[in-house]
Amino acid sequence: MSGAVSSLNRRALRATDATTEPLWVRILLTAIALSFLALFLVIPLIAVFTEAFSRGADVYWAAITEPDAWHAIKLTLLAAAISVPLNVVFGLSAAWAITKFHFRGKQALITLIDLPFAVSPVVAGLIYVLLFGAQSWLGPWLSDNNIKIIFAVPGIVLATVFVTFPFIARELIPLMEEQGTSYEEASLTLGASGWQTFWRVTLPSIKWGLLYGIILCNARAMGEFGAVSVVSGHIRGQTNTLPLHIEILYNEYQFAAAFAAASLLAGLALITLVVKSLLEWHHVREREKAVRAASQQA
Amino acid sequence: MLPGFKLSLGLGVFYLSLIVLLPAITLVLQTLEISWDEFVFYLTDPRLIAAFKVTFAAAACASLFNGALGLLLAWILVRYEFPGKKLVDTLVDLPFALPTAVAGLTLSALFAQNGWLGRWLVPLDIKVSYTFIGIVIAMLFTSIPFVVRTLQPVLEDLSPEYEEAAASLGASRSQIFRRIILPHIRPALLIGMALSFVRSLGEFGAVIFIAGNMPYETEVVSLMIFTYIGEYNYPAAAAVAMLILAASLLLLLVIQVIQSYYGRRHRKI
Repeated sequence: MSGAVSSLNRRALRATDATTEPLWVRILLTAIALSFLALFLVIPLIAVFTEAFSRGADVYWAAITEPDAWHAIKLTLLAAAISVPLNVVFGLSAAWAITKFHFRGKQALITLIDLPFAVSPVVAGLIYVLLFGAQSWLGPWLSDNNIKIIFAVPGIVLATVFVTFPFIARELIPLMEEQGTSYEEASLTLGASGWQTFWRVTLPSIKWGLLYGIILCNARAMGEFGAVSVVSGHIRGQTNTLPLHIEILYNEYQFAAAFAAASLLAGLALITLVVKSLLEWHHVREREKAVRAASQQA
Repeated sequence: MLPGFKLSLGLGVFYLSLIVLLPAITLVLQTLEISWDEFVFYLTDPRLIAAFKVTFAAAACASLFNGALGLLLAWILVRYEFPGKKLVDTLVDLPFALPTAVAGLTLSALFAQNGWLGRWLVPLDIKVSYTFIGIVIAMLFTSIPFVVRTLQPVLEDLSPEYEEAAASLGASRSQIFRRIILPHIRPALLIGMALSFVRSLGEFGAVIFIAGNMPYETEVVSLMIFTYIGEYNYPAAAAVAMLILAASLLLLLVIQVIQSYYGRRHRKI
């Protein structure tokens, strides 16, 4: 009896052996992967903060509070503060139309929403220069009416809106697709208005997905370099965002100051990653709860 | 029937037209204004051709390397248990969260001859900063997550029965990998590498810090477009932009075809 069991066990062991690698291979592969990760991701991250404080905290503080840097920080926050809410409104309305209704050209609409991801940042900046620049068709009219878009703040905001355009819609569309329309229909049947249904039924069920989209959108909005660089004109204290400020300092060999400015954006990236994994963790837990509740009902 | 169809679609289409469609049409119209001879003249500039060669070669190197590294990372994240796995999984997204200017600045400092990593390469006579290798590394860094994130769900879906069946029929581990696992994950691997390639073609922020930007040697196409804009040479900028945009769109179309051919939509970018 015991002999039969142990031979079964041995066979089971052999089966698992065949579906995974020997221990030394597993350790070797993990070690290679982790050392690449350390080399390419961890060391750069440590380097940003080490270099930023290489000349001491005083130099660091001075580099961040210096007027041009301070202006760049404010402009970066402003661009994000305008583009993120705009993309939230757009993302919500596009996702509502796409996921709750059937209409012709839906696929084309989704493809167009994805377009900014396919466009390289410099080209994104270029298309706004072609549209609003001094040599464009709109150029003479704009200068007659004293409206400055290119080499001014509106251009920076527009370029930021463009590159962050798909983030929220893309996050919401699969989520709302999955949820279907039955809850909204139930709410309407019970006499709620359209807006009540949206605020009380739809929004609570997508809030985590929306938040996820917002932090990704915000990270990109504050960090965008190429597109903003094209439309900004690099005017110090006027049209410099934080990423552009870093480039100027780098070109002037002010490395400690460049890294000080970079450390702010690296901190933002770290916060983004932490919030992102918290949201993912929350999502998995909600899922498990829903599965458990469903199995209890059954 | 839910309410708000006209409002939501109207708002969505209006905003889309204003932000994306109108500028995109302007680019197309601007390109159409260029005569064929001019177009050829702009695109046959030897400096531009050199930039195209550098960009495509570097992007190809970066996405090939990313294919291998991404497969390895996705593999250990899905199949193995090790301490700190969650942290590693989170860290993989760093290149998407970190602004490209920060990445470029940091990589160029690390790989400079007196940098933390560069000093170890000096005795080997390998220069990274201000060379082709630097461009590849910058592209590699900014596109690490693509392959990992497209492969992960596919590897998770791969149920062990096939491997067990193959093993019970006497297949070795390497045979199982080549004949069972690889064919299953190949489309996702290709998609991840193609996405990484598209991203690398357009990468600007990270590259210009480390490339040194020497004409004919370490100048990428994005920088050429940037330079044309700075010189107010808008027709040339539009011509090159159209070309690189067409290349990206073509690749994305191929990705879509692969995706629908294999009948599933993998996790998006």
